[in-house]
Amino acid sequence: MAELTYREALNQALAEEMARDDSVFLLGEEVAEYDGAYKVSKGLLDQFGDKRVVDTPISELGFTGLGVGAAMVGLRPIVEFMTFNFSILALDQVINSAAKMLHMSNGQIGIPMVFRGPTGAALQLGAQHSQACESWYVHAPGIKLVTPATPSDAKGLLKAAIRDNDPVAVMEGELLYNVKGEVPDDDDFIVPLGVADRKRKGDDVSIITHGRMVHIALQAAGQLAKEGIEADVLDLRSLRPLDVEAILETVSRTHRAVYVEDGFPYVGIGSQIVSILMEEAFDDLDAPVLRVTQADIPMPYNKKLEAWTKPSAGRVVEACKRVLYVD
Amino acid sequence: MTEAKTAEQTATNGGPELDGFSRDQLLHVLREMLLYRRFEEKAEEGYAIGKIGGFCHLHIGQEATAAGCILPLRKDDYVITAYRDHTQAMAKGIPADAVMAELYGKATGSSGGMGGSMHIFGADVGFMGGHGIVGGQTGLALGMAWAIHYRGGDQVCMCFMGDAAVNQGGFHESMNMAAVWDLPVIYVVENNSYGMGTKFDRVSDTDMVTKAASHGVLASVVDGQDVIATLKAFDKIVTGVRAGEGPHFVDLQCYRFKGHSMSDPVAGTYRSKQEVDDRTENADPIKILRDRLFAAELLNQDELEAMDAEVRGVVAAADESAGAAPDPDPANLYDHVYSDINPNGRLFFDGRGR
Repeated sequence: MAELTYREALNQALAEEMARDDSVFLLGEEVAEYDGAYKVSKGLLDQFGDKRVVDTPISELGFTGLGVGAAMVGLRPIVEFMTFNFSILALDQVINSAAKMLHMSNGQIGIPMVFRGPTGAALQLGAQHSQACESWYVHAPGIKLVTPATPSDAKGLLKAAIRDNDPVAVMEGELLYNVKGEVPDDDDFIVPLGVADRKRKGDDVSIITHGRMVHIALQAAGQLAKEGIEADVLDLRSLRPLDVEAILETVSRTHRAVYVEDGFPYVGIGSQIVSILMEEAFDDLDAPVLRVTQADIPMPYNKKLEAWTKPSAGRVVEACKRVLYVD
Repeated sequence: MTEAKTAEQTATNGGPELDGFSRDQLLHVLREMLLYRRFEEKAEEGYAIGKIGGFCHLHIGQEATAAGCILPLRKDDYVITAYRDHTQAMAKGIPADAVMAELYGKATGSSGGMGGSMHIFGADVGFMGGHGIVGGQTGLALGMAWAIHYRGGDQVCMCFMGDAAVNQGGFHESMNMAAVWDLPVIYVVENNSYGMGTKFDRVSDTDMVTKAASHGVLASVVDGQDVIATLKAFDKIVTGVRAGEGPHFVDLQCYRFKGHSMSDPVAGTYRSKQEVDDRTENADPIKILRDRLFAAELLNQDELEAMDAEVRGVVAAADESAGAAPDPDPANLYDHVYSDINPNGRLFFDGRGR
């Protein structure tokens, strides 16, 4: 184990997997000579050369198509989006090509590739650079999606994603790159897709969440503990495949749940979780499931308004108390 | 599919020849084009009586583009195209039976009934699909060409598109990157003058070659109704791209005798019946090759009729076997959404009991 930042953990995952498998290569804007817009690919150009660490023009649709096409004939591309906001330009290749190819070709052509980069709001970047893109990806059958919250999960999930034979989006937290944590240095350390992680134990209320919101949920849980309320914090880590068993397990103990996410509420990830709880845990519930999300508006620039718009520990505390029927 | 020889190679063979191609080669090309024509006529018939559904885009009139571009390729070269893909699939080596069964949506189809007319796939012969979003395949072709470059191979990737695709942003992004990295990709525009019902010059102020030139990509204009001209041009283009001269763009001028798809009229508000009749009479690629072979005395009417009867037999057999084939089993519908359908966690959320 070593203490690494989230950024360093991702970098280590990339370097280890590129060393392990010659068919893995990284492409995207500024990934090579500039070392990555967020420095995740620092040093990789020197280590692997310009055929395997490829600076592209600012052509998201085009270079994503390149990645999917290369995967069609057996390479394992990692496409870095400077942020997932920019990947909206490339969604045709993500949804219509990558997600559908295996099915549409009746199993002849798989797409073993990774889309990665930051998602979610950062600090005062305004509407176009501050949004969570999870729903848009996870909506389409054929895509997998993981959202690491810690350095250890970042390394393990990215390595699992690179080894996976399907298209996997790895959405990193834009505000998590400097977060530090213990990370296993074993080359074969992976965190399997589809396995949630209980980040805090408690039996009073379940806070279910993913990505950067895990940290907000843990802050909220800390505040609740001061009032004698013990929250279970379940980090889904993987949104598709989804660890439904873990969701049902926590709710079977607490009977109350709050979903916390960075994204918009309408058809958000929480909508799916609420639907699953309605269908499969109705009798376990003692209160309606609530969601804490970004406000249903584009992100404003003003610092105070931005803070109001984002989900916060305070709002999570409030939602937990509502499902517990306490003031 | 055959390994077409270059004109120089053929000329040394000493047998009867025309424009540098041997009689056997040209008869093979004629048979291929006749097969495509009869196949598409059968598809038209099958669509009319409801045996084929969805969108169905016929290649009638454009057979020389499939034969002339694809026959010079090797089996390990890649072809990728848009949704007017039946004949190109056959040219790359997918049997007519499997293509017809796919149009019928049957389990024996080239995509097991999952793809249909617009999504014919044959990965084993390098036919990397019919794709349904205009221009989408141009990015995928870029990636396949990248993979060839990455692995140091000498294959080429041939990417077909209609003329409307050159106004898509993704096409220009792909051309730019292909040029920057000198990738072995041939972008072939089947320029039949109409993007569905919109004449090209109504939506572009430049010609095709200017667009390619702006990216620094070598470009050629080829008569796509004359299969000998197409074969000669592509022999040279494929050889150059294979040798590493970088991407090539082709404005392959052709004409579609039928509507954009089976849902559309042959002529109408966007082009006149007179225009279609004129081109059908005077620019039919099969008639053009036939007449040249007749004139060179490399083919007579009896031989042509025998060839036609033979390909009609192939098409009839394909139609019959497609009709008799089973539908795909719904139990297998989830098998290829993901490569492993039994991972940790849940992949499907439809509550249908998986």
